[in-house]
Amino acid sequence: MTSVLIAALALILMGVAYQQGVSRSRALAGASRLHSRPQYHGAFLALWATVPLLFVLLIWVVTSGMIQDWYIASQIPAEILPGTTEYASAAARLRNIASGFGVAGEIAPWEAEAGEGLARFMTILRLSIVALGALLGVAGLLVMRARLSPRLRARNHVETVIKTVLIFCSIVAILTTIGIVVSLVTETVRFFTYVSPVDFFFGTVWNPGYSTTSNEASGSYGMLPLLAGTVMISAIAMLVALPVGLMSAIWLTQYATPRLRNVIKPVIEVLAGIPTIVYGFFALVTVGPALSAFGDFIGFGINATSALTAGIVMGIMIIPFISSLSDDIIRQVPRAMRDGSLGLGATKSETIRMVIVPAALPGIVGAILLAVSRAIGETMIVVLAAGNAPILRFDPTEPVSTFTVTIVTALTGDADFASPQSLVAFALGLTLFVITLMLNIGALVIVRKYREQYE
Amino acid sequence: MNATPDTSPMGANRIIPSAPASSAGAESRISARDVTVHYGEKQAIFGVSMEVPEKSVTAFIGPSGCGKSTFLRCFNRMNDTIEGCRVGGEITIDGEDIHRPSLDVVELRARVGMVFQKPNPFPKSIYDNIAYGPRIHGLVKSKAETDALVESSLKKAGLWKEVSDRLDQPGTGLSGGQQQRLCIARTIATGPEVILMDEPCSALDPIATSIVEDLIHELREQYTIIIVTHSMQQAARVSQKTAFFHLGKLIEYGETEQIFVNPREKQTEAYITGRIG
Amino acid sequence: MTEALETEAEANTRRRAQVRKSLSRRNRAEKRFKMLGLGSVLAAMAFVAVLFGNILTNGLPAFWQFNIDAEVYFDPEIINVPEVPVQQAGQSDADFRAEMLGWQRRLAMVNWNRILVSSVEGALAEAETADGAGTVTEIDTRSAQSIIDSGARFVLRDMVLADPTIIGERREMQLLLSADGDNWAKGKLSRDLPDDRQQLSRAARDAIDLLTEEGIVHRAFAWHIFTNVDSRSSPASAGLAGAFVGSFYMMLVVILLAVPIGVSSAIYLEEFAPKNPFTDLIEVNINNLAAVPSIVFGLLGAAVFINIFHLPLSAPLVGGLVLTLMTLPTIIIATRSALRAVPPSLRQAALGIGASKTQMVFHHVLPVTYPGILTASILGVAQALGETAPLLLIGMNAFVANVPATPMDQSAALPVQIYLWQGNENRNFFEERTFAAIIVLLALMILLNALAIWLRGRLERKA
Repeated sequence: MTSVLIAALALILMGVAYQQGVSRSRALAGASRLHSRPQYHGAFLALWATVPLLFVLLIWVVTSGMIQDWYIASQIPAEILPGTTEYASAAARLRNIASGFGVAGEIAPWEAEAGEGLARFMTILRLSIVALGALLGVAGLLVMRARLSPRLRARNHVETVIKTVLIFCSIVAILTTIGIVVSLVTETVRFFTYVSPVDFFFGTVWNPGYSTTSNEASGSYGMLPLLAGTVMISAIAMLVALPVGLMSAIWLTQYATPRLRNVIKPVIEVLAGIPTIVYGFFALVTVGPALSAFGDFIGFGINATSALTAGIVMGIMIIPFISSLSDDIIRQVPRAMRDGSLGLGATKSETIRMVIVPAALPGIVGAILLAVSRAIGETMIVVLAAGNAPILRFDPTEPVSTFTVTIVTALTGDADFASPQSLVAFALGLTLFVITLMLNIGALVIVRKYREQYE
Repeated sequence: MNATPDTSPMGANRIIPSAPASSAGAESRISARDVTVHYGEKQAIFGVSMEVPEKSVTAFIGPSGCGKSTFLRCFNRMNDTIEGCRVGGEITIDGEDIHRPSLDVVELRARVGMVFQKPNPFPKSIYDNIAYGPRIHGLVKSKAETDALVESSLKKAGLWKEVSDRLDQPGTGLSGGQQQRLCIARTIATGPEVILMDEPCSALDPIATSIVEDLIHELREQYTIIIVTHSMQQAARVSQKTAFFHLGKLIEYGETEQIFVNPREKQTEAYITGRIG
Repeated sequence: MTEALETEAEANTRRRAQVRKSLSRRNRAEKRFKMLGLGSVLAAMAFVAVLFGNILTNGLPAFWQFNIDAEVYFDPEIINVPEVPVQQAGQSDADFRAEMLGWQRRLAMVNWNRILVSSVEGALAEAETADGAGTVTEIDTRSAQSIIDSGARFVLRDMVLADPTIIGERREMQLLLSADGDNWAKGKLSRDLPDDRQQLSRAARDAIDLLTEEGIVHRAFAWHIFTNVDSRSSPASAGLAGAFVGSFYMMLVVILLAVPIGVSSAIYLEEFAPKNPFTDLIEVNINNLAAVPSIVFGLLGAAVFINIFHLPLSAPLVGGLVLTLMTLPTIIIATRSALRAVPPSLRQAALGIGASKTQMVFHHVLPVTYPGILTASILGVAQALGETAPLLLIGMNAFVANVPATPMDQSAALPVQIYLWQGNENRNFFEERTFAAIIVLLALMILLNALAIWLRGRLERKA
């Protein structure tokens, strides 16, 4: 209820300030020409009135819990030591008494007194905070109202505020990157206090040896088996996605009539919108058993959950990615190039194979890099369908494990967050991040160069 | 190909030069009768008929959008590559209809080469640019044959001296004029009988233009050349015959000298004196 | 040099012959290439068809579950609980709540299974009468109990809780068959297996067959998939309600944070940002963030939101924050391209009549780009809706049998629910159920996309 009242107060203050700004500047406009339109004077005052109020409230929201704890601490008898369960329950009882909810059992006199005191203290504090905020707001309103003049650059002030907000929003993306890098690096460094980086990066055995009792690293953390699995699955995925995606893009741009293209393109792109968990489950219950049955049929053992299953389904997922990127890139090859070849008497397919694809090659390579980076970072398909067997081997019909699978198992298990069994997820995450980052930057550079070539 | 009926009464379009075959004494090899072109619903060419003499340069002039390039592209059926484009009427080369079903468009384009407005070398080496056509058509069998053909083509295009030491470098690295001559050499390499040129100098500077014009002059000895140009001076310099197009119709066709000195049609006169364009 | 020796005409004839000779080979190659392209397109479309066909054929049957029509007698002998407590004057809220909880605990301890067993026995007797065979098959308590979903206990308890006067009455009710019972009735369990390998006893199987024959056990649309929460003890009545609400809260967070921040950011970068290294940094950064694997965002959430800020595990708020950071680049990039599509003439016209840059952007450019921004936002939300991996890392793989009341409560989410159900040991029953959850998720996503297309069409017509 109080929050609604406070919001109403803020809104009223804002409305009054805006109204004041508009009418006051209108009045001033009689004397000389205004620099900014009255609405900007209104917005200017509204900002000056509400921002201080909101600022004070923000401080209150952040600190009120601490203030309450401090008051409770001052009321609880000294014999109840802070940090004990008795202390926590005593504090909870005080809060419940103060809120009027009441507590079960007898209420000790000191509790009643302290509870009432707490309620009174918090009420007074809350009221005075609101009063302070309102006062500051009104002060801002009055002071700035007096400073309104025809020459006041109200619009510029308001626009500066807008621009500041916009800049702040843009910085969120940078903060995210910083957050990712800092958190991954700090946790990885913590991990490396248990396991040496050499063992991690070059070890060929993955066997973290989960122990619930100690935080000691009691197993091997060699990431090479995971790298092998990741690379194998990505390679299989690209073997599926690249020919199908590229040939689809070629057919759609070079052979299909516009009407057909407009129907087929969205249908293929549906594949891109399907959540990966769906692909994962599809791989697990449909593709895996089908492959396994096929393997039996041709007398070749294929595991239902294997690098092959995960790779094929991931390839299907990546098809629209490759095809729409290649589509864009092929379209950018100038028509003149195509005409030149056709004019020499080349057939359409000769033109495509010998002129258009070579001309688009850098762009296509960029697209492939992006697709590989996506395949490496893909999680749910491999979690469900790759079999999670972190063993260094190169047989695609066997279960494997990848970076992403291991990250999920490490952080969804029962291990303590500070244990190496959990922290290794961050070391793997950092490796994954660096690999995908390099692939993406490489792709961006290539694609950008390619675009410039034809602009 | 059937002649479209709406074009038959347009007598004005059928100005057959009064003194045919007077230049170079060649008989007509290419003839167009009642050619029409539609882009979807829009008609771009209205019943054009003309005879193009062999081993000479014929220029198509006219204000932009008059259909001269569209008409040019009919001769090697490049209009087939444009969606929604329909060509009517009849075009024959050596008396054979180019639209007859037994003729593969590949075969036609090997005979009728084309040079485009903007130099468009392939993203390959100079050597591979020239060898591209002969290779796909199976005209060369050995490396030695290819080498010889590349050299002779470049020589014919007057580019050999400039590029003989860097045949393995990308064709896109050449200057604009050189690129266009490379494209001409590329066309020559497939051994065409007719070369269509669609404003080949419009993207070039004056010096490069004059080199290309000299080249056209030399090529006339061996090839039938049709050139579309937006520059009347160029038409006057390089061509023996000139056709003036306006709004998709052939207004006047005749000896270049006659067209420029003594045009028969009002519209032609208006164009060459700069009143329309 | 052959050319030098032959005449020009001969050379032409020779060349024409050579070209003609190469034609059939080249046309075959052309046809092959074209077929290859067409084949790829058809393969891609076939994947779409197989995927959807597979999901629909496997998942749709789950929406119809077997139920038993039975009379339930709320036997006062079995439900022997005291009168429901009423808050006395002067009794504190806390005291009353404690008393009420005590009463509810009594109610929960009632042996509801006995009531259910007698209902099953009643239904069987009715079936036998109708069957006319007259042979009264004895059914033991365990078999009878195994037919009905154990969640029925809570249904009965909640009925009493809602209206204690029901005790002593008889009600005609439609009760869900247990997961095993449903499997048997749907014919998903082999009838050839020996007794010791069947999940249900022979008596239970025979009872279900008889009841099905008499129409007492029959299929009905499983509305509870939408209204119930997840359950482990009674899988037949497990539903998606918790996941719906969890996902809804997360999408709310994404809409409230990612959309305004993303759009503002795009406006700044596209319209205001000066060309300098800092702006370049932001741009490169956003492009890279767009391609960072989603699981890395999960790691960020685990390290920062959970481990540093100590936000609750498995809460939609945290999930929403992680998904916000993940969708932000998508929204920014799509909004920027919408802004870029606005013709420069519009900007120049606005500036020309004396608008400031801000006015130009907010009064002239933005209104034109609403459809684009809207589509970008909806697509971003749809992407966030289907994302699973980062949610697993912030504890959402926990089993939660509640509808979260606030975004700070533990909760499931739709994609995570799919993950949890696919891992359930009762594969026979949950495979179908998982496909059903996938259908629901895909339907929601299609709905979102359709909404985007529809709104776009409407707004563009207006503009």
